[in-house]
Amino acid sequence: MADLALQHGGTTVVRRAHRRPHDARRAREQWTAVVLSFPALFLMFLLLIGPVATVLIISFTDYQLGAPSVGLVGLQNYQDLFSDRVFWKSLGNTLRYVAIVVPASVAFGLAVALLIESGEGLKSFYRAVFFVPVMATLIAMAISWEYMLHPQFGLINLLLKQIGLAPQSWLTDPHLVLPTLAAIGIWQLFGFNMVLFLAGLVSIPRHLYDAAALDGAQSAWSRFWLVTWPMLGPVTMFVVLISAVRSFQVFDTVHVLTKGGPNKASEVLLYTMYSEGFEFFRSGQAAAVAVVFLAFVLTLTVIKARLIEKRVHYL
Amino acid sequence: MSRANPLPTASAVARHVVLLALAAVVLLPFAWMISTSLKPQSEVFLSEIRWWPDRLHVVENYTAAFAKAPLLQFLLNGAIVTTSIFALQVLIALPAAYALAKLRFYGRDTVFALVLFCILIPAQAIAVPLFLLFHQFGILDTYAALVLPFIISVFGIFLMRQFFLSVPDDLVDAARMDGISEFGIVWRIMLPTAIPAITAFGIFSVVAHWNDYFWPLIVLNSESLFTPPLGVATFRNSEAGTDYGPLMAAATIIIAPLVIAFLFAQRRFIEGIAFTGLK
Repeated sequence: MADLALQHGGTTVVRRAHRRPHDARRAREQWTAVVLSFPALFLMFLLLIGPVATVLIISFTDYQLGAPSVGLVGLQNYQDLFSDRVFWKSLGNTLRYVAIVVPASVAFGLAVALLIESGEGLKSFYRAVFFVPVMATLIAMAISWEYMLHPQFGLINLLLKQIGLAPQSWLTDPHLVLPTLAAIGIWQLFGFNMVLFLAGLVSIPRHLYDAAALDGAQSAWSRFWLVTWPMLGPVTMFVVLISAVRSFQVFDTVHVLTKGGPNKASEVLLYTMYSEGFEFFRSGQAAAVAVVFLAFVLTLTVIKARLIEKRVHYL
Repeated sequence: MSRANPLPTASAVARHVVLLALAAVVLLPFAWMISTSLKPQSEVFLSEIRWWPDRLHVVENYTAAFAKAPLLQFLLNGAIVTTSIFALQVLIALPAAYALAKLRFYGRDTVFALVLFCILIPAQAIAVPLFLLFHQFGILDTYAALVLPFIISVFGIFLMRQFFLSVPDDLVDAARMDGISEFGIVWRIMLPTAIPAITAFGIFSVVAHWNDYFWPLIVLNSESLFTPPLGVATFRNSEAGTDYGPLMAAATIIIAPLVIAFLFAQRRFIEGIAFTGLK
């Protein structure tokens, strides 16, 4: 700066007088910003970026907690994983769970939001009721569900008997266990989706409905297809992705209610990772599962982030 | 959608009938849980549906729940862990968010890009390396192990930054004129303006970590440190489906604090959890 100023001879004095406090302010601002953001930056590297890099590295090793030595094993963990029947079962179950929970919780969320918005009374009461499962501790509620699903004394089977249907072993029948867990997942998630749809509905301009009515869309049905559904498109995409990310992370109900059983019928990705990493302490294997899990969730969240960039302006 | 032209009575009634029926189904697990927590053992194992017990066993079940497991300790642990996490999150995120929103500095775009990248990382995916790190430091099975992984909330930084962008620069400049230090600006000027955003974020954070099961399950051994979800799960394992009255009483106690808080401030909760949770 000083050299530059000297070369310009005549204007030096003016410039210096003008720039000095500016430069000093610049430097001070830089220094302040570094000090203020350093703790956050340091912790981001220690607790997020570092661990993501480490989980990748560990997945290429035979690391076991407490083992005397560690060696690089290349893709061995992944080869083991991909030749393991349990892993494919686990991945398949996770995808099936997502495939049940996402459409159902989105459809229920939308239906309930439309129903609530179609009239005036008790709006906030209904909204609150359907939101309670979202924030009530899932583990405690899973225990309540377990008792409701009890083969002999559970409320569900007692109700079925009353209307003359056969009782079921909801959590021990290999064909029923995953749909049952998915039902609990839907029960927990749809209120969240409902709230997002309610926000989307409120922001649809009134005049569009008036215009549709002028064009002859008289029934609620035609108004829905002509205005509501197209206007909710971006919100719906968003809700689908968020529900997919959330249901991909299913773990709590599986761990408390089924431990992945019977015979791996409810084994899901995070449960596989948990038992490899924290029950058998095969960190390398667990890391490989974590990488697979990360790949799926990252793909979904990147698509979601793209949507936000495109400004889903109803939210 | 017919807000302008009032609904005919029949469809208004139909709307309430359908919604009330759905509400009843959704609340069933809560109702059955509370109902069971009032029943004596003899009325739990019945082959008929009984919502209200013949013999009320409220006192017995709830005292049994408190006697069989240190429920108060679990609730206290939940409070300690969630408030520590939230306080540290704000302490770390707020200055960084202020710097990203209001200061011009070399590397700002890089830092912000890192924040956006970190938002994508799901907590479960990095559980293995974090567990090994904490094992190295010898802090597994401590409060620190429960709190530390969450003290950096990149999501909190993002949220606060967005909020600070809408705060006029004049406010910051005026504070500088008055001779307030940058540090003072963060805590005495920015913090008070951001109270609504911080409240929403706080609800989101407390609910998420009060309910978290995965991480406490991994790092804890000692019952004295258990958070509410871990506590109630252990209670259930030790009962192994024999004594449902006290178990349901315990579950009711565990969900009560959040549900009651929700009923008192449902609008804030919905804002915090649904709208804060996704941006």
